[in-house]
Amino acid sequence: MKGFEDKIAVVTGSARGIGFAIAEAFAQNGATAVILDLNQEDVNNAVQKIDDAGLRAIGFVADVTDSEFISNVFKEIHKKFEKIDILVNNAGITKDGLIMKMKESDWDDVINVNLKGTFNCTQKVCRYMLKQKFGVIINITSIIGIMGNAGQANYAASKGGIIALTKSTAKEFSSRNIRVNAIAPGFIQTDMTAKLPKEVIDKYTAAIPLSRMGLPKDIANLCIFLASDEANYITGQTIQVDGGLVM
Amino acid sequence: MDILAKVKEIIVEELGVEESEVTPEANFIEDLGADSLDTVELIMKFEEEFDIDIADEEAEKLTTVGKAIEYLKTKLG
Repeated sequence: MKGFEDKIAVVTGSARGIGFAIAEAFAQNGATAVILDLNQEDVNNAVQKIDDAGLRAIGFVADVTDSEFISNVFKEIHKKFEKIDILVNNAGITKDGLIMKMKESDWDDVINVNLKGTFNCTQKVCRYMLKQKFGVIINITSIIGIMGNAGQANYAASKGGIIALTKSTAKEFSSRNIRVNAIAPGFIQTDMTAKLPKEVIDKYTAAIPLSRMGLPKDIANLCIFLASDEANYITGQTIQVDGGLVM
Repeated sequence: MDILAKVKEIIVEELGVEESEVTPEANFIEDLGADSLDTVELIMKFEEEFDIDIADEEAEKLTTVGKAIEYLKTKLG
């Protein structure tokens, strides 16, 4: 599928993992991928990888929790391209622990990056999308935000919050032709899930009807569809990509 | 700076209305067909063009063209 030739697609947390797969997929479909992440070297490497494939990408170091900084990054992106078509709010972290043992800072950090970061980027990009009267926002949530998980109260709350934020954003901006959807990945092979103990991975894999962990590409494929005109009548939805784990 | 002319220009551009409709009594929502997002965008445009900050409590009161012009004149005066 092509058709993103003149599109500008910003993906947060896209130096590695699912975010990179999404940025790469947009570039492969003709878009200019704008990579935002925390570390300059990681950003440079990600841009280089896409560049080496003969595709278009640029990068910015950005912390999604810093509202003013994010505002300036979007201003710069808009100045350069004169529009922003697609935003994928993917930046996310985990700081797992049982509720009784969870530090206040672990709660705050996860909510700040995952939920407030999504809000910050949405608020800043909508300034431009409103004027364009066009835009697609895709928020990466998680099946954990739907089903909850012992030891991940902060992460589950942040991801559940993203689902509600997705619906509210969709309602607020629908009159301006801005579509907002969420993708809820299940267990995907990334650095984040690589940290899990083998027995946890085995347990979940056994519970997945399609009997395998997902690949970052599985998430990227849905992003491409949701951002395309084929998905013109879809907004406010949370779509699971989890091999059937939760139904 | 001719505040009046600039404000009119912004309103015409943002709301897609005729300049003749932009009278001091014209209410942004009732007369000029703005919705709630339009009014937010209009305030943001005033802030940008005149390089000022308009607090939410102040913005809520700017319901007509006349009120907006008066406010901006005082603020910039």
